Amino acid sequence: MILAAGPSWNPIIDLQQMWSFPFMVNAFRAGTIVAVLAGVMGWFMVLRRQSFAGHTLSLIGFPGAAGAVLIGVSASYGYFAFCLAGALVIAALPRAGPGGYSEESAVTGTVQAFALACGFLLVALYKGFLNGINSLLFGNFLGISAGQVSLLGIVAALSLAALAVIGRPLAFASIDPDVATARNVPVRALSVAFLVLLGAATAEASQITGTLLVFALLVMPAATAQALTARPGRALALTATIGLAVTWLGLSVAYYTPFPVGFFVTSFAFAGFVAAQAVRHTRPRWRAASTETSPMPIGIAR
Amino acid sequence: MIWPSFLVNALLAGTAIAAAAGLVGYFMVLRTQVFTGDALSHVAFTGALAALALGIDERFGLFAATIGVGVALGALGGRGRADDVVIGNVFAWVLGLGVFFLTMYTTNNSAGDGNAGVNVLFGSIFGLNRSEAVTAVVVAALIAAGMVTIARPLLFASIDNAVAAARGIPVRMLGYVFLVLVGAAAAEASQAVGALLLLGLLAAPAGTAQRLTTRPYSALLISAGLAVGEMWAGLALSYTVPALPPSFAILAVATGGYALVLLSGGSRRRSRWPVPPSQLLPAGSRPAGHGVRTTAARSTHGPGS
Repeated sequence: MILAAGPSWNPIIDLQQMWSFPFMVNAFRAGTIVAVLAGVMGWFMVLRRQSFAGHTLSLIGFPGAAGAVLIGVSASYGYFAFCLAGALVIAALPRAGPGGYSEESAVTGTVQAFALACGFLLVALYKGFLNGINSLLFGNFLGISAGQVSLLGIVAALSLAALAVIGRPLAFASIDPDVATARNVPVRALSVAFLVLLGAATAEASQITGTLLVFALLVMPAATAQALTARPGRALALTATIGLAVTWLGLSVAYYTPFPVGFFVTSFAFAGFVAAQAVRHTRPRWRAASTETSPMPIGIAR
Repeated sequence: MIWPSFLVNALLAGTAIAAAAGLVGYFMVLRTQVFTGDALSHVAFTGALAALALGIDERFGLFAATIGVGVALGALGGRGRADDVVIGNVFAWVLGLGVFFLTMYTTNNSAGDGNAGVNVLFGSIFGLNRSEAVTAVVVAALIAAGMVTIARPLLFASIDNAVAAARGIPVRMLGYVFLVLVGAAAAEASQAVGALLLLGLLAAPAGTAQRLTTRPYSALLISAGLAVGEMWAGLALSYTVPALPPSFAILAVATGGYALVLLSGGSRRRSRWPVPPSQLLPAGSRPAGHGVRTTAARSTHGPGS
């Protein structure tokens, strides 16, 4: 969309001009909330190697949102209802060991495709929804209301508070579940709690980035941060910072161009990921240090 | 009864595409490369829209993108298998690019087909014309022939990569050839059920077949047969109930079949135990998902090792 002739390249004037539109202010507020929440959840997701589960949760949100629109309520409720329910279902399924991964992934893949097919059916039943389907799939930051922003804020605050409580044992259980079990850490309960929190984060992010691009905010900042540092505290801070930077940049650039925000957010995040990989490989000292000192799998290392 | 030509075309293309998808999907599930298939489904979307935006044949974009990215993923991940986090990053960005091309296409062709994006994402098998259907059949036949040719060494390499390599089987080469076939099958399947849903056509019949038998060649045939049967049932369902889009009907039948097999298998195993095995062990020490793991392990490792 093009509302302005172009940026004046004076950041203060540009920001003032951009934020004179209430929908841009809402978009920035919502983007900030979602970027921080998705980044932090994503860091744990990459650590726990549950990228596939996170992706499934984001796709399950699509029929939820389409169904909500079909029965005439806000898509937000559809996202939350389906993502949280999906998280509970995934948690209830047996967590397969190395031998069972083959079947587990076949089930997950089938569920994903079926969820999208159901969403498509609901959209097809709701005639004249052509632009709606694109904004459900690829995000739409224009239509965010102040009420939606406060809903996002409340859910994000609750999720982050819950994560702060379970963060330490969760990191322990993620890095070495066997030792954690032996130390009486409730590994199974933590896993369920984490999936529910991940569901909430996915539902939040879906409303900004759309069903198909949630993954960008969940996995990209986290993977970038894990490539750069192995220390949990620093990596979490870095993840949130990268998430914020790409979201703000994406929103600002999308404001001045006709192309959608999802394209810019994913492109900036991917550029960051590639740059982090390049830094890692040109400075082998980092890699040596991180594999020696880190007790966790470093994500992208081979 | 004279069948309308769109239904004949759909049946023709659908049968061939489903057979190829069933064959490739079986190995994809066996080699735990479902996530690769997932990534390729997103790539197919971007490839098709890029071709549309640049004004070339949509199918050219589909095949170029899925095969190219399939091979690139193999190279990135090493040993012909790609890392989950790398795949996730790549396909998130690829989708972003797809949105870019979608916007470019719809803004440049305001009078053109506003449905293009939806058709690429969710398929339009009832919209295929005769020459498109024939092309789909020819390509599917090539994929199936390739799959049958490499089935034996690929099975060996998938079950025990190290031993296969020691026996002089070119496992790395096989991995790449397989990824090319997965890419081609993904491009084919996305013409039938759309880029977003092709994963179901690849994974559901294969998962069902793995549940039904532990013998690999029977499973391979069952997977292809199921895929074709589910395709026919889905097309028939969608033809008789016009409110259901064909891609939804196909996926619903495939998912239903898989769910049925999973549920019946689960109840049979449970009834063997007078007391659920989970209660025989102290709560903390029991391995989660015990039953599922043993079955899957048997089906993956049983016959070859």
